[in-house]
Amino acid sequence: MNLNLNRDPGEEVRAADPEPETAAATEPSAVEAAPDDALTAPREPEQEPQERGALGRDGELRRHSELHRRSRIIRSDLAHILCALSTLIAMIPLVLILFYVIYQGAGALNLDFITQLPKPVGEPGGGMGNAIVGSLMLMGIAAVIGLPVGVLAGTFLAEFRSPRLSWFVRLLADILSGVPSIIVGVFVYTLLVLTFKQFSALAGGLALGILMLPTVARTTEEMLRMVPDSLREASLALGIPRWRTIISVIIKTAGGGIMTGVMLAIARIAGETAPLLFTALNSRTWPTGIDKPVASLPVQIYQYAISPFDAWHQQAWAGSLVLVLMVLILSVGSKLYFGRKMQRAR
Amino acid sequence: MALLIYELVQQALPAIRAFGAGFLISTNWDPVNNIYGALPFIFGTVVSSLLALLMAVPLSLGIAIYLSQFAPKWLRSPLGFVVELLAAIPSVVYGLWGIFVLAPFLGRTVEPFLSGHLGSIPFFAGPVYGVGLFAASVVLAIMIIPTISAISRESMLNVSRDQKEAAQALGATPWETVKMAVLPLSRPGIIGAVILGLGRALGETMAVTMLIGNSPKISASIFAPAYSIASVIASEFQEVTAGVHMAALIEMALILLVITLMLNLLARLLIQKTGGRALKSRGRS
Repeated sequence: MNLNLNRDPGEEVRAADPEPETAAATEPSAVEAAPDDALTAPREPEQEPQERGALGRDGELRRHSELHRRSRIIRSDLAHILCALSTLIAMIPLVLILFYVIYQGAGALNLDFITQLPKPVGEPGGGMGNAIVGSLMLMGIAAVIGLPVGVLAGTFLAEFRSPRLSWFVRLLADILSGVPSIIVGVFVYTLLVLTFKQFSALAGGLALGILMLPTVARTTEEMLRMVPDSLREASLALGIPRWRTIISVIIKTAGGGIMTGVMLAIARIAGETAPLLFTALNSRTWPTGIDKPVASLPVQIYQYAISPFDAWHQQAWAGSLVLVLMVLILSVGSKLYFGRKMQRAR
Repeated sequence: MALLIYELVQQALPAIRAFGAGFLISTNWDPVNNIYGALPFIFGTVVSSLLALLMAVPLSLGIAIYLSQFAPKWLRSPLGFVVELLAAIPSVVYGLWGIFVLAPFLGRTVEPFLSGHLGSIPFFAGPVYGVGLFAASVVLAIMIIPTISAISRESMLNVSRDQKEAAQALGATPWETVKMAVLPLSRPGIIGAVILGLGRALGETMAVTMLIGNSPKISASIFAPAYSIASVIASEFQEVTAGVHMAALIEMALILLVITLMLNLLARLLIQKTGGRALKSRGRS
């Protein structure tokens, strides 16, 4: 399609008119910043009079190619608008969801909600205090299980670079990250719950821990890779053994980044519901121990949401607000923190 | 990983023995009489995910192109950030929103409109409930947009500047540059992103459970309630009494696992081809 333009006989016009596209080659940011203006603005006034003056077939062709050029520009602008529009459309649900969660949740959220136990149907008040504590507890157990393994796996990937093995481990981590969380739940159920005949916080924590493994491992690996080799070599040259180098030089340097990855991983599992349904189950009392079922925010929200009671729906919204706040603070906070760190590193 | 598969196979054995290959094609799901067939669930899972893809892919590609090629520089990272926020919202919150806001809205406006105007096509025929395959797909689409757009954006950004400049030097408009240089070169990455999105949609549990209507039937209409593999596990697993019932559920988990594993493997290989490095585990259910 664009070849037509190149066959355009009006060579002198194009020579006289500095092509915006060629300008783009040397200065791409200008075109990216304002593509419409760059294409349309500088050309129009210069070309019009020349075309009028041209004679016969030459002018005919030129007018034709001018039309063609315009249609291409219009098409380009149209595509631009469509793309911008789709971005806008994707924003709508986000805004709507946040709006509803805040609007509906704020009404039901009060001090009782985060400190009280759930009340039976029909009694007003009550809260999800136990679910909030339970969620924190599950996240803690998951972190205890998932972090050491994840960080070690990541360190292995980054520091001991045996191509074949790390390719395999990396693939495994990637695949594990694609396993639906409910399947991890089923797996932990058969592994722990069936064996001990007891739903427990430990089982829930294990399921979440497995889920956070791949994230932690991959972030750790990426962060460690960013540590310059000169640091490693300097430490080794001082006669410090390799394990010592890794622990006190490399991991220390990359610590901030690893923490960010860990926070993101925790934020992700905080909202997990499916694997908890039949591992940690639920409970209406305060958590009593890691070998007993515990309540958690997501499960509580789920059960309240599918219940037929309006009061419970209100509680579900409030629970969602708390949960979303928790997740957003964790993930946005860690991203901001990390962003600042990166800038300082540069 | 191997332990995971071994354990699932082990636990699913009673069902595999009892039903054999018939499990995959039987449409009966009758816990009372201990007869189990997986077809309605496979149908619900696959159809809801494909519908979600149908809605999410064009939008996500639009976002990816906009954010990687068209958007002004100062707008790019905030917009990208906001799209990623969509991924951070827990799926149970999507489900809650779906039940109380989206499903009633669809049931009142969109679905009657579609079935009123296109009712002669079986896809759109039948009574509308709000809750059903269609509602589940819409929520799924919203949930996988961040995944698809983030990864395909990454692979579009990986297209070397030379290629784009070559197109621009030929006089291509911005859109033609995208079409000629960016899209062909990032195609494997985009396909990989779509497959990952599909994998996520297939395994998504909570939002689907809350919206799909949970009835093990296969119907032509996309407004009818259905069921998915993940959601039947979520809603029946706790109440299981018979051993075979549980084995059947676990066998379904196994089916789902195999499907998602294959898809993931394929996607990773494709993405590796474009050198996309954006692949940390993305959020899920």
